Amino acid sequence: MSERFEQGVAALRRQMDARIVSYFSSCVHCGLCAEACLFYTETGDPKYTPIHKLEPMRKLWRQEYTFWGRLGVKLGLADPLTEQDLADWESLVYDSCTLCGRCSMVCPVGNDIAYMIRKEREGMVAAGYAPDGMKEATRRALEIGSPMGVTLKTLQATLKGVERNTGLTIPVDVQGAEYMTLFSSMEVVNFPEYIESIARIFAAAGVSWTISSEAFEATNSGIQIGDSKAAGELVGRVVSAAEKLGVQYVISPECGHAFTAIRWEGANLIGRPLPFKVIHILELLEQLKEAGRLKLEGQTDIRLTFHDPCQIVRRGGVVEQPRQLLREVAPGFVEMRDHGVMNWCCGGGGGVSANERADPLRLQAFQRKKKQLDELGVETMVTACANCRIILEEGIEHYGMDVQVTGLTELLAEHLAGSAKS
Amino acid sequence: MFLDFVEGPLWYVAAAVFLVGVAWRLAAIARAGLKDDLSVPRTPGTTGAVATVFRRFLPHREFMRPAAFQMVAGYAFHIGLFVLVLFAAPHVEFIEQRILGFGWTPAPHWVFLLAANFAFAGLLLLWLRRMLDPVLRRISTPDDHIGTGLTFVVMFTGCMALFESHDFLRALHMLFVDLLLIYFPFSRLMHAFTFIFSRGFTGATMARKGVSA
Repeated sequence: MSERFEQGVAALRRQMDARIVSYFSSCVHCGLCAEACLFYTETGDPKYTPIHKLEPMRKLWRQEYTFWGRLGVKLGLADPLTEQDLADWESLVYDSCTLCGRCSMVCPVGNDIAYMIRKEREGMVAAGYAPDGMKEATRRALEIGSPMGVTLKTLQATLKGVERNTGLTIPVDVQGAEYMTLFSSMEVVNFPEYIESIARIFAAAGVSWTISSEAFEATNSGIQIGDSKAAGELVGRVVSAAEKLGVQYVISPECGHAFTAIRWEGANLIGRPLPFKVIHILELLEQLKEAGRLKLEGQTDIRLTFHDPCQIVRRGGVVEQPRQLLREVAPGFVEMRDHGVMNWCCGGGGGVSANERADPLRLQAFQRKKKQLDELGVETMVTACANCRIILEEGIEHYGMDVQVTGLTELLAEHLAGSAKS
Repeated sequence: MFLDFVEGPLWYVAAAVFLVGVAWRLAAIARAGLKDDLSVPRTPGTTGAVATVFRRFLPHREFMRPAAFQMVAGYAFHIGLFVLVLFAAPHVEFIEQRILGFGWTPAPHWVFLLAANFAFAGLLLLWLRRMLDPVLRRISTPDDHIGTGLTFVVMFTGCMALFESHDFLRALHMLFVDLLLIYFPFSRLMHAFTFIFSRGFTGATMARKGVSA
């Protein structure tokens, strides 16, 4: 038994909390979770059944928490968990699960399967069985501060462009600002229009905000790969920057897992309550609108739909805000058949987009979103996650579809009173 | 003699294994522990836990179609079994004389027959699916089949013993009941108790996030 494997088993053992033990005790192998998973529905391959992806962890639970398992292993009648199991399951655990949590919504005995996979990944990564793309992203996040290698200089260059386009001064390291904003690397590199949009909206709404030059990255590769130590380190950087600036709120951007990382796992990762409140940009925009500080004008007559980012909506609880905001500017907003907390994932969450090996499978799974869009016949899809956006655009291009994707904050900025384009 | 044994010593052993075993399994969940969630909740976890325990008795509206088979067959089996266990006349009598010291009005014979039909149909449909559906074949373990098989045999011998025409049939039924009780805590049949915990944990976490799970 290799030392690395032992570390993996030890890490897996540490994940066996009351939730995990109750989940394994309750599972009756009904198979319903398969029907909730786009990797199963779009391939028809039973190996993608969500609970099957937990076989290594189930084996450990069985051999340590059940009578027959203990007896079986002692008598040599049952197979114990082996390193080969982890090797065999690596692609199932990482390539075919986006941690979207749709399966967790349908399990009759209430198992939160996404939580179980998140925990199982802790053991996988400790044993060295994680995709290279995700390992690299995590390394870059820890060493450079961004999974995509975005540095402060890159941000500064982007901010210069934002200032040029908006005519506004972007506040950096402003002591005592009310809000500190984070961005995903994807926004800094691919979608600076998001930064422009919040700069315009915040200026119009009189929001006191700042960016920290020490911690501006919102994404957290640690929670995707399943490395709590790395995840805690990354959250810790944001916490210390926010403490230094004395802000009251930290704004999580249009990025799904970034919100989960800081809003729901953040305090638990650093082991103490966060010294500030975390708010998602869509929550803040909705609050500003309700308070009459975000004034919108003009409406688009385009028929459009909203793609729910799983970690913001189903796993994050920001369900109604995007809809209320959209209805303000888009009377032609229509819902996909399964939406809100029962939406279908884009296929690239949970680190799958950072895992090149998974690309063909991800594109196959995208057929689910394609079916949803074909059924609706819309040509514009709004979303609120830069990663979803990239994945959706790739899928749309791959299947030669005629659908435009845009960010919700960006759409709202276009309808800001006084600067509306339509 | 055989009847005395299965309703005497073996029954006591089975009941003891069942009670101690179930308690031990539930204690294992508690012993595993759960760290306090330090995130700031949107709505209280406790009310969410209770709500999800009940809410999961039905699938999400959007999931009704994929879940239709399991829901219909599952309810047929579980409700049928529930009626059989608690309202069959010989069971009420056994519970009154041997367990609780009081009884209640048993179900009329036609209700018993209806419940038995539902229970058998549901169990067999679910079992058939387990053996034929590629997903279920992939994830099923021997335990799933043993649990289903034992339940089936208990129900079957129970029906044979219904008219209490022969002590041997009653004893046979009781033997399998004893075996089922002994097997119960070591098996997936535990879901009859642990579903409250699994649903509750998930409901609490999701309610904290502001999501009805």
